[in-house]
Amino acid sequence: MTATENPTNYKWVGTRPIRHDGFDKVVGKARFGADLNLPGQLHGAFVRSPHAHARIVSIDTSAAEAMPGVKAVVTGDDFPALDPTHPNYDTAVNCMARGEAFYHGHAVAAVAATTKAEAKAAAAAVEVEYEVLPAVLSIADSMADGAPLANPNNHTKFAPPGDPSNLATITNLARGDVDQAMADADVVVEMGFDCAHVHQGYIEPHACVVDYGDGKANVWCSSQGHFRVRSMTADVLGVDNSKVKVVPAEIGGGFGGKTTIYLEPIAAKLSEKSGKPVKITMTREEVLRGSGPAPSAELRIKIGATKDGELTAIDGWMAYGVGAFSDMAGLIGAMSVASYKFPNLRMETYTALTNTPKSAAYRAPSAPHAAWAIESVVDEIATELGMDPIDLRLKNAAVEGDLTAMGMPHPRVGLVECLEALKASDHYQSVPAEGTSRGMAVGFWFNIGEESSATVNLNEDGTANVITGSPDIGGSRASMALMAAETLGIDVYSITPIVADTESVGFTDVTEGSRATFATGKAVVEACEDLIEQLKARAATIMGVDVGEVAWVDGAAVSPGHGGGEGGDPLTLAQITAQAKRTGGPLTATASLNAAGAGPSFAVHCADLKVDEETGEIEIVRYTAVQDAGTAIHPSYVEGQMQGGSVQGIGWALNEEYIYNADGAMENASFLDYRIPVASDLPLIETIIVEVPNPAHPYGVRGVGETGIVPPMATIGNAVKAATGVRMTSLPMSPPKVLKRLNER
Amino acid sequence: MSRTHINCIVNGEPTDFLAADATSLLDALRDELGLIGTKEGCGTGDCGSCSVLVDGKLNCSCLILAPEVEGREIITVEGIADGDQLHPLQQTFLEGAALQCGICTPGFLVAAKALLDANPDPTETEIRYGLAGNLCRCTGYDKIVRAVQEAAVQLNSTSKQGV
Amino acid sequence: MHYVAPTTVGEACSLLADNPGSRVFAGATDLVPQMRTGRLEPSVMVDLKRIDRLMSVSHADGRWTIGAATPASDLTHNAAFTAMHPGISEGAGLIGSDQIQNRSSLGGNLCNGSPAADSVPGMIAAGARAVIAGAGGERTIPVADVVTGPGQTSLAADEFIVEFEIDDPAANTGDAYLRMIPRTEMDIAVVGAAVRLTMDGDTVSAAGVVLGAVAPTAVRVPAAEAALVGSSLDDDTLAAVAAAASAACNPIDDKRGTIEYRTQVAGVLAKRAAVIAAERAQNGA
Repeated sequence: MTATENPTNYKWVGTRPIRHDGFDKVVGKARFGADLNLPGQLHGAFVRSPHAHARIVSIDTSAAEAMPGVKAVVTGDDFPALDPTHPNYDTAVNCMARGEAFYHGHAVAAVAATTKAEAKAAAAAVEVEYEVLPAVLSIADSMADGAPLANPNNHTKFAPPGDPSNLATITNLARGDVDQAMADADVVVEMGFDCAHVHQGYIEPHACVVDYGDGKANVWCSSQGHFRVRSMTADVLGVDNSKVKVVPAEIGGGFGGKTTIYLEPIAAKLSEKSGKPVKITMTREEVLRGSGPAPSAELRIKIGATKDGELTAIDGWMAYGVGAFSDMAGLIGAMSVASYKFPNLRMETYTALTNTPKSAAYRAPSAPHAAWAIESVVDEIATELGMDPIDLRLKNAAVEGDLTAMGMPHPRVGLVECLEALKASDHYQSVPAEGTSRGMAVGFWFNIGEESSATVNLNEDGTANVITGSPDIGGSRASMALMAAETLGIDVYSITPIVADTESVGFTDVTEGSRATFATGKAVVEACEDLIEQLKARAATIMGVDVGEVAWVDGAAVSPGHGGGEGGDPLTLAQITAQAKRTGGPLTATASLNAAGAGPSFAVHCADLKVDEETGEIEIVRYTAVQDAGTAIHPSYVEGQMQGGSVQGIGWALNEEYIYNADGAMENASFLDYRIPVASDLPLIETIIVEVPNPAHPYGVRGVGETGIVPPMATIGNAVKAATGVRMTSLPMSPPKVLKRLNER
Repeated sequence: MSRTHINCIVNGEPTDFLAADATSLLDALRDELGLIGTKEGCGTGDCGSCSVLVDGKLNCSCLILAPEVEGREIITVEGIADGDQLHPLQQTFLEGAALQCGICTPGFLVAAKALLDANPDPTETEIRYGLAGNLCRCTGYDKIVRAVQEAAVQLNSTSKQGV
Repeated sequence: MHYVAPTTVGEACSLLADNPGSRVFAGATDLVPQMRTGRLEPSVMVDLKRIDRLMSVSHADGRWTIGAATPASDLTHNAAFTAMHPGISEGAGLIGSDQIQNRSSLGGNLCNGSPAADSVPGMIAAGARAVIAGAGGERTIPVADVVTGPGQTSLAADEFIVEFEIDDPAANTGDAYLRMIPRTEMDIAVVGAAVRLTMDGDTVSAAGVVLGAVAPTAVRVPAAEAALVGSSLDDDTLAAVAAAASAACNPIDDKRGTIEYRTQVAGVLAKRAAVIAAERAQNGA
């Protein structure tokens, strides 16, 4: 269902064509990261630390090198020593430890051999002597007085120079007088919460092939941004960007987890040493042990309200556990507090290092943790005040001009519209089914712009190639084609959208921050607008009129009284390109930009669920996701982002967690025991797209990729409270935890 | 390393290949036969990305040793269309936007085909349990379930017309 | 590692006897992942699926004979078997996804030695027997005597299970198996409970209660059985069944569940399974 579908009567924007890359993906021809094989390629395998924190005393590779099929072995010594202040220093050390292993699963060496089996056997034969060091495994341990250092290279960012610390960021935000507002409040609720580490859980493990030759690394891999893969790989190898070419494969899911690198410089160095192409594919176990989960968190939220439901103050303390390297999760968590007006605010946040895998972005990074806590407390206030939870939120919802926690004024946003859409929905208007209870919650994500390039080449028959550098992670090629079709006025299927390599299109930032359709889409539209000017000029030449007399209407040049087509009709794009040779040559345009004006996207979710009070099991019976898309370019893929984000959030809420043993080793490093939702766990996910256009995009786009994961945890927690009277404060709300709390009731 | 000569039928064609005995059917399909449509998501039978039909039955090819398929008939995602004519499931997946990244799609198509071959008119619950061995992280399963429902309708109407 | 696929029981016995470190397999749904991680390095993998006797399901002379390598889906799709032993069928039907169902076997599920094996409690409750072949010929023992601890069985290195025998139940008998997993599919049982009841009108005349995943092996719960026999499943009886089941637990804390949780939920599942088993017994299931 779409609340206001296609409000401005676009011809293509808002329609649902079959995606251009779809055929290859349903017949098995699409090539993902692991699907390229080069002649003579070797297979790489890693040696990984069995300790959460250890000094690497020595590495003896001689036995491994002597094994059958082994062609190269690398350790940290094979890579240049970057300055610790280099922006990619942590990435380099995370790819391959240098003298110290910072988590269980940290790569310490790698081998390349003729077969996978030989590589695996050789990796097992690398002898590493470790001196085990004290490890910090929890946020509390990390922040305790006198705690051992998780990583001696970490210094607190934005702070005066000082000793190494376990804290990467300390953020203190304040406005108004929180203490006075709390003292004056009619209702004050304060609660503590915690969240375990969770993984992005993309189905495609990290994979790459690198062919090194003539001083250059040719990389084929799947990622969310091959230009970042290029710069990171170049930095880790100590070479210029021109010495690394990255060809993007299809990407089998990322959700933020493929915005960094793990394999490419290692494969490059193995290829350089062996003289052969090297392919490395992570196992699922390696993905879970060695690639970025989302941070864990400890949170304490106190909110004060008047008896008529004005939320007058928030006092928050949030700490994010980000693994063994610097990160800004705490700062971003603070930035994500933006749903309500809160005239008085105090927010104290921390980013704490632990000897666990280095965190990577995960869909609206840091926001789900904060929303879980804040939306749970807001729900408690609604209950205490006897107010409908939507009405309470409507009374306090942020609108244009209201300040986020960071003090930034909101641009035009659609939270009120989302709340009203849920309130009017069939779901919210219905009485929960017998035995089920309902909860709802709000989510916010600010979205980003950043740099994008696009080239649009018109072919001689009037078709077009739209070339960008944004990996298509879930239908963005179709969105680019739709925006190009709308702008040029030609059929969407006459457009070929292409994701080009790092040497075939201008620099483009990572597909992250819900930015591809917004920023790269804007570049595509600008290139198309440039082409229209060129087309009008060519038409003027053909028609023999001044260009000022030519207009572009429905994919054709029109000049009243001077039609250039047959019988004086408008001159179509295809008619103009057919005559390109004699009017000045090929028609191409390039646009590049650093996009400002990303539009924040709010979401509001609602769940009906049952709790088995004897076993603690939660069954989601009905689920609705409402989200402001600005404009839905391809509504099916907007719904898909909303549904996918919802279900990742449901998994986070119910069962997903890293379970560590006392030594910091993950105990559930498989899809058997790291339990992402399966089809039978879920109902259909109903969607309501709200369209409050973003004035900073030619078609009103707000990014839609991330916000959907923000509301589900509190939505479910609030419904569990309604069902049982128990407020769950620890994620995941797995059956043993729920039953324990029910027993304590 | 010694390798075994294995004869089988893959997507209707008599096929033979060499593989070490410990090689999985998945690796043999991908590395020996170049059938890269079958994907590895976990290697432990927990995600279904490597789903194939062996003698008509749905299996995870990562759990099968290559020599086990001697004389067997294997269908992969590359074999479910009829020439250029997509299988109704492939068509409804495209039309219904039932794929986002597409890495799990081959496994879902094979599993859904097995499901509909055995149960032409499944309920939503039967579809959900029938596909529970296939993990998708992008879609939340909603559009996949709907695409399978739509394909079932199309297949049933075609088969009725044929009678 | 070498792969062999014998076609007779005798051939398989010889292969096992002649090759130290060899392993038999059917679905290999547990063995292959163990091989991939290096936890298991067999010298020879003996595929039992080309031996007809291990791949057949038959009913004669008042009992079912189920080949040990038969995929679970062959059993769950067997309407006659499922009608007679619904609890065993539903236990077999819970071993993994459809993909796994087409591979996993009762023999493998049992001999893997996991206390959480879904097909095992129902078979023990039914008094099923395992026919075991080895160099010394064949012997038949109760299924309950096969597994001796986590990952351990009473079988000699050169022995394997050929088939299972399950006697037809007495009149007015029903069975049921329930398990607790965090998701709805794809997980290993955190707790499993099989109950088999024979009813005389509203009164239980015979009972079997077996729990999985709460002790080093599947465990029979005589106290729960005693509470059931002679009762008509009133609330007090069900409470006693739950208490007895919880008391019989000797579980571990692990990534799948806590001692406290397993102990409590074992009681819940035992009483719920008893109610279903009674209904099936009375409805002539």
